[in-house]
Amino acid sequence: MREATKLFGPASDKAVKLLEAGWTKERLAKEKQIVVGVNRVSLEIEEGEIFVIMGLSGSGKSTLVRMLNRLIEPTSGDIRIRGKSIVGMDAHELRELRRKTISMVFQKFALLPHRTVRANVEFGLEIQGIPKSKRREQAERALRLVGLEGWADKMPDELSGGMQQRVGLARALANDPDILLMDEAFSALDPLIRRNMQDELLELQMKMKKTIVFITHDLDEALRIGDKIALMRDGAVVQVGTPEEIMIHPANEYVERFVEDVDLSKVLTAEHVMRRPETIAPDRGPRVALQLMRERGISNLFVVDRGQKLLGVISADDAAEAIAANKSVGDIAVTDVPRVRPDTLLHELFEICGTSKLPVAVVNDTDRLMGVIVRGAVLGALAGQIPRTEVKPGVAEAPA
Amino acid sequence: MLPKLPLDRWVEAFVDWMTDHLSGLFDWLSAVIEGIVSGFSFLFHLPPPLLFIVIAAAIAFFLGRWPIAAFTAIGFYLIYNMGLWAEMMDTLALVVSSAFISIVLGIPLGIACSRSKAVAGAVTPLLDFMQTMPAFVYLIPAVMFFGLGVVPGVIASVIFAIPPTIRLTHLGIRQVPAELTEAADAFGSTSGQRLFKVELPLAWPTVMAGVNQTIMLSLSMVVIASMIGAEGVGASVYRAVTQLKIGQGFEAGLAVVIVAIVLDRLTQRMMKTKRKRRD
Repeated sequence: MREATKLFGPASDKAVKLLEAGWTKERLAKEKQIVVGVNRVSLEIEEGEIFVIMGLSGSGKSTLVRMLNRLIEPTSGDIRIRGKSIVGMDAHELRELRRKTISMVFQKFALLPHRTVRANVEFGLEIQGIPKSKRREQAERALRLVGLEGWADKMPDELSGGMQQRVGLARALANDPDILLMDEAFSALDPLIRRNMQDELLELQMKMKKTIVFITHDLDEALRIGDKIALMRDGAVVQVGTPEEIMIHPANEYVERFVEDVDLSKVLTAEHVMRRPETIAPDRGPRVALQLMRERGISNLFVVDRGQKLLGVISADDAAEAIAANKSVGDIAVTDVPRVRPDTLLHELFEICGTSKLPVAVVNDTDRLMGVIVRGAVLGALAGQIPRTEVKPGVAEAPA
Repeated sequence: MLPKLPLDRWVEAFVDWMTDHLSGLFDWLSAVIEGIVSGFSFLFHLPPPLLFIVIAAAIAFFLGRWPIAAFTAIGFYLIYNMGLWAEMMDTLALVVSSAFISIVLGIPLGIACSRSKAVAGAVTPLLDFMQTMPAFVYLIPAVMFFGLGVVPGVIASVIFAIPPTIRLTHLGIRQVPAELTEAADAFGSTSGQRLFKVELPLAWPTVMAGVNQTIMLSLSMVVIASMIGAEGVGASVYRAVTQLKIGQGFEAGLAVVIVAIVLDRLTQRMMKTKRKRRD
């Protein structure tokens, strides 16, 4: 979508020029009674990703998402889906687009109260004129997908909020669209259910690989489910990036204020706080190990093979004992080192760090050592000092 | 002081002009309405009274519960017993015809109002006019256009009774939550699909409340309609009142009340069962 703009008010098409000429939102509102809904937003949404548009109420996010299926007509600008502009589509093409390519899930579910769950899910198929047996089958499949098989003959008001929204999701999935627009889809649910729904959406997305545009005002939700996040304010996009980018490098003060209340421990991962590990090969002697520790000012070394595969850890005390017993590093290494993955969230690290005397190793799925978790760095990260993600040599500290 | 506006003469000139130039249209309208009324009248007079009572009670039973069925049976039998059966059938034909015409015209008009602000803006004051202008005022031109008899009675009933159907259809559709119409659009409904699959079903109870009111109002017009020659219980009331026959007047009035209650309860049940069946 390029420079898509929506203005509300009299002669709004002419006002686009004024906006381009640098008029502020306030000036337009005051002098021309024009409300800027969406201000020249350009976004690139990749196929198969969950793209979260986040902002407070009134930031234009709902307007923006409705421009994607032209429930709201853009005043100017262009919106392309797979290269095809939807702005110029006539009513027939637009209907086809809405029937086949884009579905929507609504904040207040928007289920038809006079229809059963099944008939609701079938709605999109019914208006396409799909024969009854086929649409029943497709509806069954969609209901199964959201875990509501067996509820087909209930009425929407017999279901809880979370289940109603599942029906909303099933209705949107029934015609197997490429793009799913979710407008604050989980905002009306209570926190616990919301969390479940987010997990289920992610799970579903693993199977479906749809392009999902998800609107929310809840930063935690955005960070949990978004592959990418666009932050909106006053109709304009303030920043676009992955959750980490937004957290770690807020583009301006507004984003910073927005993200400051976020529990960083639920966003940052081991990868963000790990340091370069100091290692030693298993065939070295304990004297070498002690020497190395002294040089670096640390009390532990990881023992790795030539492929950087983690074998164990040795401490200065063990090394001193080994000198007397004349053993190699490999013999005395403690092998049950606590291991975490690079994508382990910080708040899960706390427990591991707290219960283990040994340093915590960050390893990938083939047990290759990637880094070490230093307690000080974890706390520093929570205090807002985010270390550079690339690990520089020589900064290793003693694991506490 | 300003001279008096010759509104009266304008209206008279307008009515004269209509009588002279639109008689073809009025004749055609008259034939259509006459046809509708005599159709219903034929239908109602067809079964013998006792069979009619059984049928009516059965309908009441299926739509509602046995108290309504019992009331229908007893009430209608009372009317039969009072010797007002034929008159009641005429009245029923008149009322059902005007309700029928009101629904056929009123629901689409109500939909049109909900679709376009301009239509709503034009229709609303007209409805106010129709509801508040005393019926006698348009009764005379109706007679001039359509002659004496049942037709001007139906016309007067429709003018008086159609507003609730239009208003409540309009209201019912307007009250359909915006997110539901938006959802219908988002899934690619045509405006017809949106109307028939979302808006009308959801507006249905409100529409039926309007229809119910329309029936009640057209029933309240039967006495007035009888003054211009419409047959029925209304005429009995009118005759009894003008001849100071208090007892007969009461009997005929009671017949109107019974018909009113039965029609009211039945249409009220209809809006509920209609909703359930759609579920």
